[in-house]
Amino acid sequence: MDDTARRTLLDPLVDNNPVTLQILGICSALAVTTTLATALVMSLLLTVVLMLSNASISLIRRHLPRSIRIIVQITIIASLVIVADQVLKAYAYEMSKRLSVFVGLIITNCIVLGRAEAFATKNGVGPSLLDGLGNGLGYSLILVLVGTIRELFGSGTLLGYEVLALASEGGWYRPIGLLLLPPSAFFIIGLLIWAIRTWKTAQVEEPEYRVRAAE
Amino acid sequence: MGYLSLLIEAVFVENLALSFFLGMCTFLAVSKKVETAIGLGAAVVLVQGITVPVNNLIYHYLLKDGAWAWAGWPEADLSFLGLISYIGVIAAMVQILEMTLDRYFPALHRALGIFLPLITVNCAILGGTLFMVERDYRFGESVVYGLGSGLGWAVAIAALAGIREKLKYSDIPGGLQGLGMAFIVTGLMSLGFMAFSGIRIG
Repeated sequence: MDDTARRTLLDPLVDNNPVTLQILGICSALAVTTTLATALVMSLLLTVVLMLSNASISLIRRHLPRSIRIIVQITIIASLVIVADQVLKAYAYEMSKRLSVFVGLIITNCIVLGRAEAFATKNGVGPSLLDGLGNGLGYSLILVLVGTIRELFGSGTLLGYEVLALASEGGWYRPIGLLLLPPSAFFIIGLLIWAIRTWKTAQVEEPEYRVRAAE
Repeated sequence: MGYLSLLIEAVFVENLALSFFLGMCTFLAVSKKVETAIGLGAAVVLVQGITVPVNNLIYHYLLKDGAWAWAGWPEADLSFLGLISYIGVIAAMVQILEMTLDRYFPALHRALGIFLPLITVNCAILGGTLFMVERDYRFGESVVYGLGSGLGWAVAIAALAGIREKLKYSDIPGGLQGLGMAFIVTGLMSLGFMAFSGIRIG
């Protein structure tokens, strides 16, 4: 694999992560992470849809008039999501009930349209496919991290298997109930952003207003 | 369910932004100033109030299992076409709304104009429709739910913008500057809104 291809694939993992830096696709990153299983399925669905939509939009990029491109892109994405939704309903009905509306919301997940607009309309099929995979993996990384933290410390299990023995069943671990509630998702991603930006200081935003030291 | 109780629930208890995380991208990106936040909020209320009832009609009379019985075709089930129809309706509604406002209410169009195109890909709008379908609301309920959920989203973004305007004078650690802090503040607001759960009227 040559250098540009590797960069297209690996950059979105940390350096240009869709969730923590580009502010794309946050809704589902927060909503489906109460358990690791839902986070994994959602990551898989999004990565597949993102790769296919990037590839198909890149295929027709030279024939697509600029004025109607958004609606064509949304139609392509919506069709792909319908396929993903039907497959999920056919083979994992329980999981599709647990993900409820969030599978459908992949259509308006800004990562998909954002990458289509920013990358697939300007690049060939191969790089677009890789860009889709890279951004999908960057998104998955955050989802799996948050999902692991929330399930492990919120209910003491991972993928449904008991890891930390719960105090209510004779073990030693008292679960942190807050982690299963919506606000914790915001806190975890906020702290994650803090951690990433302490490591990669280039991502730190300039403050709008500086407090001047007292003289 | 009573309409008032549904309204309260849609605005506060099941707030689209703070308990279902819908429309987060725009929620975090356009909440730096109170004025723009209120403009976007108003646009969301308007679009949500129109698209949820329209999609309700489409679902009940065109897509649902057995919906074509009136045309003598009772075995038809087009519900798999749901997602693509709803997003089409939303895109079309936003376009029509933009043209209507431009023609008849130019002042309002100037105020909301830049936000309207953004709304097509705001997941709060599609999310509202999908929740309406999942919970099988009747037409009257869908009108109330559309307006209520839009209003809840608008309240949340206006409140967040108010907090962020004050926040720029505080001394925040470098890595948490901007986006990170916005997440923490939204988390605290969401914690506050959880106090509403359990409220029932009627």
